Amino acid sequence: MKKLNTLAALTALSLLAGCGSAASEPVTPDTPDVSEPATETTTETVVYRTLDEIKDSGTIRIGVFSDKAPFGYVNENGEYDGYDVYFAERIGQDLGVDIEYVSLDPANRVEFAETGKVDIVLANFTVTAERAEKVDFALPYMKVQLGIVSSEADPINDVSDLEGTGKELIIAKGTTAETYFENNHPDVVLQKYDAYADAYNALLDGRGAGLSTDNTEVLAWAAVNPGFVVNVAALGDVDTIAPAVSKGNTTLLEWINDEIVSLADEEFFLNDYEATLREVYGEESNAYDLIVEGGVID
Amino acid sequence: MPDSGISILFTGSNFWRLLQGLWVTIQISLISVGLSFVFGTLFGLLMTVKNRVVKAFCWLYLNFIRIMPQLVLLFLVYFGVTRQWRINLSAWTSAILVFTLWGTAEMGDLVRGALTSIPVHQYESAAALGMDRKQTFRYVILPQTIRRLIAPSINLITRMIKTTSLVEIIGMVEVLKTGQQIIDANRMKFPTGALWVYGAVFLLYFLVCWPISSLARKLEEKRR
Repeated sequence: MKKLNTLAALTALSLLAGCGSAASEPVTPDTPDVSEPATETTTETVVYRTLDEIKDSGTIRIGVFSDKAPFGYVNENGEYDGYDVYFAERIGQDLGVDIEYVSLDPANRVEFAETGKVDIVLANFTVTAERAEKVDFALPYMKVQLGIVSSEADPINDVSDLEGTGKELIIAKGTTAETYFENNHPDVVLQKYDAYADAYNALLDGRGAGLSTDNTEVLAWAAVNPGFVVNVAALGDVDTIAPAVSKGNTTLLEWINDEIVSLADEEFFLNDYEATLREVYGEESNAYDLIVEGGVID
Repeated sequence: MPDSGISILFTGSNFWRLLQGLWVTIQISLISVGLSFVFGTLFGLLMTVKNRVVKAFCWLYLNFIRIMPQLVLLFLVYFGVTRQWRINLSAWTSAILVFTLWGTAEMGDLVRGALTSIPVHQYESAAALGMDRKQTFRYVILPQTIRRLIAPSINLITRMIKTTSLVEIIGMVEVLKTGQQIIDANRMKFPTGALWVYGAVFLLYFLVCWPISSLARKLEEKRR
């Protein structure tokens, strides 16, 4: 009887879900049935849609952040916007399809790509070996390194400015910056804080000579805090940021790679930077600290 | 720039977007609550059955749903089902399925509790008055059960409404997520905007939940 109950629930639900999705706004990921290749009931059923399937359907589903300005956010007119979205728009245009944006969180990006709930994840997705086991990454279009922000009056122009000079460097616990300095520059005296907010306050109070974390963070912070500069903007290992697709979706992956390579001719990502990141990072920021053109890391 | 944080709510289409987000919240809640009440009542009746196998089933279902955080259930249904069986449920279907499964379990337990809390002498008195089983249930047990159910089930409804904010994890944009989007997009322009946006979200939740609570209070008074 309980089984019947659940069965009835399921049928009722699928009916209702039909109504619900019809009324839903484009903000919801109303995924068309991937189960539609019912003809293909072999063991080889895949969760993703190939390039042709996407083109035929006329809509591509792209997962982006919706609350991580300036990379992916929703502007005051309710439209998706940002560095990642600028690229997504171009993908839609060149594929000749409409875009359905799906709002992602840092914690569910892998799942969305893995299960084909979105065709492409374009949500500031840092390439790691662990993630690459579950999704396929295309060529990078951005990179992240460490940066050091310091006061204009007494700037840190090089890591050596911190070694044996009595100057202390502020970092937030558990960040890549902490690991990097402990492993590579053990002579640098670190001041550790639990929260980013505390770390930035410490810098404002002059408790340390500089603060180090991801360059995207320090650049944005320096841009809105007069009197502070980022003179070390690309330090340590280069983490790349790339689009991701479902594991094995080679047709789509190859198309994205070709797209990224060919976009280099028009300096697409530089334009993207000018359109979306420049106002955040300031006039003096160097686009090439962050962007990757043509998928090539120098 | 002398920015009063409240203007964040009226910049562009921000307020309209919050209302749209609220509509998503209300839709998921309404459908799930409706289904939960139907299936929950049936499940509650089932729980009072004295068959061992049925009891074990009910116990297992109730505890499974209770122990699992709703967040995990959402993940399991939305991503897990696709991964396991290649069945692609939409976010809407997954959300309503999860909240109905949860609501059914909770509502069922409430119905069971209300039914079994009716003292035996009520049954005996009804029998003494010459009522048959149907009449006893219709005129003696049911009214008392419903009265006992009003407060806890209203509590369940408001709990379900508030918990729908979790659907953000499967990519749905409801009222709270919309609020977070607005806060983030205006971080630089309205540094104090967060307070206003969260305040507005609080007010919207209140406007939805308060009428339900006051309706329950009225119903309870009427029943007395």
